[in-house]
Amino acid sequence: MQKIVIIGGPPAAGKTAVISQLIRLLKSDGKSVAVCKIDCLQTRDDESYRMLGVPAIAGLSRDICPDHFLAANLEEIAAWGIRKAAEILIIETAGLCHRCAPATKKTIAVCVLDCVSSIRVPDKIGPVLTDCDIAVITKGDMVSQAETEVFWQSVSALNSRAEIVEVNGVTGSGVQYLKRFIDEIDAAHSIVGDELRSDMPSAICSYCIGERRIGNMYQQGVVTKMEIPT
Amino acid sequence: MTFKSITILGGVDKDGKDENIRALTIERGEIYSVIGFTGSGKSRLIRDIEQLADRDTVTKRQILIDGKTPDYSMRRDPSKKIVAHLTQNMNYIMDLQCGDFLRLRAECRKMTDAKKNAEQILETANKLCGEPIADYAQLTSLSGGQSRALMIADTAINTNAPIILIDEIENAGIDKKAAMDTLLGSDKIIIVVTHDPMLALSGKKRIIMRNGGMDGLLTLTEKEKEVFSKLQTLSEYSLEVQRNLRLGKTL
Ligand SMILES: Nc1nc2c(ncn2[C@@H]2O[C@H](COP(=O)(O)OP(=O)(O)O)[C@@H](O)[C@H]2O)c(=O)[nH]1
Ligand SMILES: [Mg+2]
Ligand SMILES: [Zn+2]
Repeated sequence: MQKIVIIGGPPAAGKTAVISQLIRLLKSDGKSVAVCKIDCLQTRDDESYRMLGVPAIAGLSRDICPDHFLAANLEEIAAWGIRKAAEILIIETAGLCHRCAPATKKTIAVCVLDCVSSIRVPDKIGPVLTDCDIAVITKGDMVSQAETEVFWQSVSALNSRAEIVEVNGVTGSGVQYLKRFIDEIDAAHSIVGDELRSDMPSAICSYCIGERRIGNMYQQGVVTKMEIPT
Repeated sequence: MTFKSITILGGVDKDGKDENIRALTIERGEIYSVIGFTGSGKSRLIRDIEQLADRDTVTKRQILIDGKTPDYSMRRDPSKKIVAHLTQNMNYIMDLQCGDFLRLRAECRKMTDAKKNAEQILETANKLCGEPIADYAQLTSLSGGQSRALMIADTAINTNAPIILIDEIENAGIDKKAAMDTLLGSDKIIIVVTHDPMLALSGKKRIIMRNGGMDGLLTLTEKEKEVFSKLQTLSEYSLEVQRNLRLGKTL
């Protein structure tokens, strides 16, 4: 059995940096780790994980939402982790779709946010934050202590259930607390039959299937219109 | 939060060797300065204290409160944080107006009257810097001096934090003596990281950092007290000259 940790959050929030620090700590603890990176068009993160001496693979979702793509491939990814004898399988997601979140009920869901981004970001990113078990706040070194605390407050207002940890992705300070929470959550399970925490809406409009022309006459399927005052 | 002292239990230096100082207890009301060359481990020591390190950071130091391991919630919950840290940052990044920011901040620290707390911080900040800060000003639009003054006032007034860590106040571009006077509270532990000789001598004791470790602990001598007054006179003279130059006078 392995523990699966799914790590999401906006681009450049520090996911790869935090995961790298976590891997170093887990390895020094004698734990075996494997990493899978899901991205849309291209990624080099898997290479940087292999440099740390852990098995790593990457999957590119191309034309579809990376979170749908991950859900569709989770069984195979978990099986790969087991073949690599990983006690902890870490999955980094692309962090682009703000509507879906790939966390399942029994995986450990981590959301990484940086406090250099706007204070309005936590409000915008949806279930990846509101349904996570652990929220990680990075880049505290770049702002005042007061700003970190205000940011912390806005995260905790959106998900009071989550443990919140401050981690510096560059120096690794604070990552011991992230590891502690991951250790504490009892999450070893088999992935088949597990359930997503939130549903993932599909968008089956004309543009999903390759339409390029603009105008009502070209639109079919599920079309949602804005309410615009006359 | 009531406690009498914190203790730093020594860890290892950059080479993994035990640092010289194995245990150091700082009582409330004491001022310590931390000095050493760039890269000697000053900021890391400050970070260990702020994080209430538990042999789980690279330095392997441990911080005790009244001789005991502190509860983890003291580190996790902002309202229970016992350390106020005035960092080297000179600017705010957050997209909020000053007033809104200060009220939110007061709420995190569970201040009973957030509105009054915010007003008090603005008022104090405005005494430290030349150009007044408006309640509705965007945080990011503040000048370096205004930002620094606001950070200092916030650190000083949100006083449920009994330990104040100060990183390089001399870069502030504001009156450093007035700033220190604002920060000093009789009942606090103050730790100042500095390259400035006057600030280094403002504490009764100073920790000497070398190669990532706490290398030595020195107590202020009588001779050094004299040096301190000389430096203070010099600093006042320099401020006076600066003021006159700003006023467009010839000296
Ligand atoms: N100063 C600072 N930079 C950080 C921190 N965490 C990450 N970074 C930097 O932020 C950038 C983006 O980080 P990365 O891990 O690639 O983000 P990802 O897209 O979420 O995987 C990199 O240049 C990191 O070095 C931090 O805590 N402090
Ligand atoms: Mg990444
Ligand atoms: Zn999606």
